Amino acid sequence: MTEAVAPMPAVSDLVEVRNVDKVFRRGSEEIHVLGGLDLAIPAGDFLALMGPSGSGKSTLLNLIGGLDRPSQGSIIVGGERIDQLSNRRLAAWRARHVGLVFQFYNLMPMLSAQKNVELPLLLTHLSRRERSKRAALALDIVGLSHRKNHFPRTLSGGEQQRTGIARAIVTDPTLLLCDEPTGDLDRKSGDEILNLLQALNREQGKTIVMVTHDIHAAARASRTLYLNKGRLTTEPEEFAVQATAQTRTPDRA
Amino acid sequence: MKYLFLLWSNLRRKKTRSVLTVLSITVAFMLFAYLGAIRQGFGQGIDVAGLDRLIVRHKVSLIQLLPAAHEARIEQVEGVVDAMHQTWFGGVYQKPTNFFPQMPVVPEEYLAMYPEVLLSDEERKAWLNTRSGAIAGRTTADRFGWKVGDRIPINASIWTRKGGEQTWEFDLVGIYEGAERGTDTTQFLFRYDFFDESREFGQGLVGWYTVRIADPERSAEIAAAIDGVFANSPHETKTEAEGAFVQGFAKQIGDVGAIIMSIVAAVFFTILLVAGNTMAYAVRERTGELAVLKALGFTDRGVLGLVLGECALLTAIGGGIGLLLGWLLVGMGDPTGGSLPLFYVPPRVLVTGIVLIAVMALLAGILPALQAQRLQIADALRR
Repeated sequence: MTEAVAPMPAVSDLVEVRNVDKVFRRGSEEIHVLGGLDLAIPAGDFLALMGPSGSGKSTLLNLIGGLDRPSQGSIIVGGERIDQLSNRRLAAWRARHVGLVFQFYNLMPMLSAQKNVELPLLLTHLSRRERSKRAALALDIVGLSHRKNHFPRTLSGGEQQRTGIARAIVTDPTLLLCDEPTGDLDRKSGDEILNLLQALNREQGKTIVMVTHDIHAAARASRTLYLNKGRLTTEPEEFAVQATAQTRTPDRA
Repeated sequence: MKYLFLLWSNLRRKKTRSVLTVLSITVAFMLFAYLGAIRQGFGQGIDVAGLDRLIVRHKVSLIQLLPAAHEARIEQVEGVVDAMHQTWFGGVYQKPTNFFPQMPVVPEEYLAMYPEVLLSDEERKAWLNTRSGAIAGRTTADRFGWKVGDRIPINASIWTRKGGEQTWEFDLVGIYEGAERGTDTTQFLFRYDFFDESREFGQGLVGWYTVRIADPERSAEIAAAIDGVFANSPHETKTEAEGAFVQGFAKQIGDVGAIIMSIVAAVFFTILLVAGNTMAYAVRERTGELAVLKALGFTDRGVLGLVLGECALLTAIGGGIGLLLGWLLVGMGDPTGGSLPLFYVPPRVLVTGIVLIAVMALLAGILPALQAQRLQIADALRR
């Protein structure tokens, strides 16, 4: 299941999205989610992506993370055109370079926090002992060492999300992609998660792209971009009112 | 091996469903091992039949008798080393269900023809010296608790004694063991001279001949030569290999092997549907989790392997326990109380069982596994 992947070279713009279209087909109907989109994300950036439901935020995040492929255009991450990689190489690339944080945590319910965090390490050649050591370290970073043997159902939402973040950083990826990481949490737990992401960005230099509906969460990022009708803008006005009303509304677009 | 905890955790997710599926697989494989032993019992002797032994019987059917004088003429056929005769006696001990094969034979000839029948020198000598002497195989002796010195009454259904008496009494002078595991130790053998002079009719007639040949590769040629000797006579013969003869004998009560295999096939087909259904549910319920695994970097093939591995674990547990239970159950004894000459799980049944476990895992898991392999991450995460 493992494949050797070269380390990501140092580049000024870690992510380059060039003229990307994304079209979904539902029967004979074509839904244009993204059209001619360009975006550059420098290494070490903490970018917040905001926009109304259906604007294509999660789709863009999926394209940057290699979870989906563009209908047209190119996605270059660390100098590599990931949209041209085979499925197998793309999977190996994700395992090596991308950490994913989901709104609903997406932990395996039958595995303890420790084993959940160890999952991405199964794809490496690390020994069992080393995997366990690294997972313990990741849990320590997110402040969950004392809960490592607990199963997701016995953890609070905030603790589950911290476990999700530990799983995302356990392979020491270059890029962290967070889809509504605070969307299912109360304000206090949400703040703890945002503190953690900020620390990972500032202290460990992780490049973070965070999709959010929450303007308070977006305020923690270095910068915010707004996506509307498949196009990126830096203009918040049109979206601000709508975003406030939709804060904490699950968005899977 | 590093993925084992992941497979195991998935099986523990719906414990009741997993346990019920494992149980159904267990029952199927237990039945497979048990019926395999019964099938082996009915087909006894086929595996251990001597390649250098031929059977000469009446061309019409086995129940037609042949003259005892054929023996000398058979021995004159080129390539024949030795010949001896046996006759089906068909009696019962005490009650009709106490049935086992009984045959009158010439002791020296029989023991020379069947070296796998082990008898001590003392017992051999006693048999040669006692006209009413008989020997019994270990299985039958144990079945009825016989010991050397016992007088054994056998109630004849075919061969009445002179005067119409149906009960024959024999002195048990020996209990033989089998040199090989497959040697038939249910037989009861007594002296032909005693039988021939005591029977009411049929003097000078025997059931069939066993012939040892020098070169097994010439068996077809020698069989044809023997049949040629008796062609166009009142007692034409049919000569065949001993294995084929034993198989034909077993088929007199129906093709037990085919019946058993039909039952096993029906059971396996049903269990395959059960296991396949379980895996299909398991994968459908975990679409999101499988997508997350892919998002984390598991390849399409990796996810396919995980689903197949889970199915293999399920069937291996159920099948393994089933084969073990079947083997233990067979070890507890023959369900007929000793009528089956052999009753054990042959190694080939266990090997076939293991192969079937793998085949079942593959067939039950392949469709859900392919479904998991084809899963599009972004689509599955949106669901």
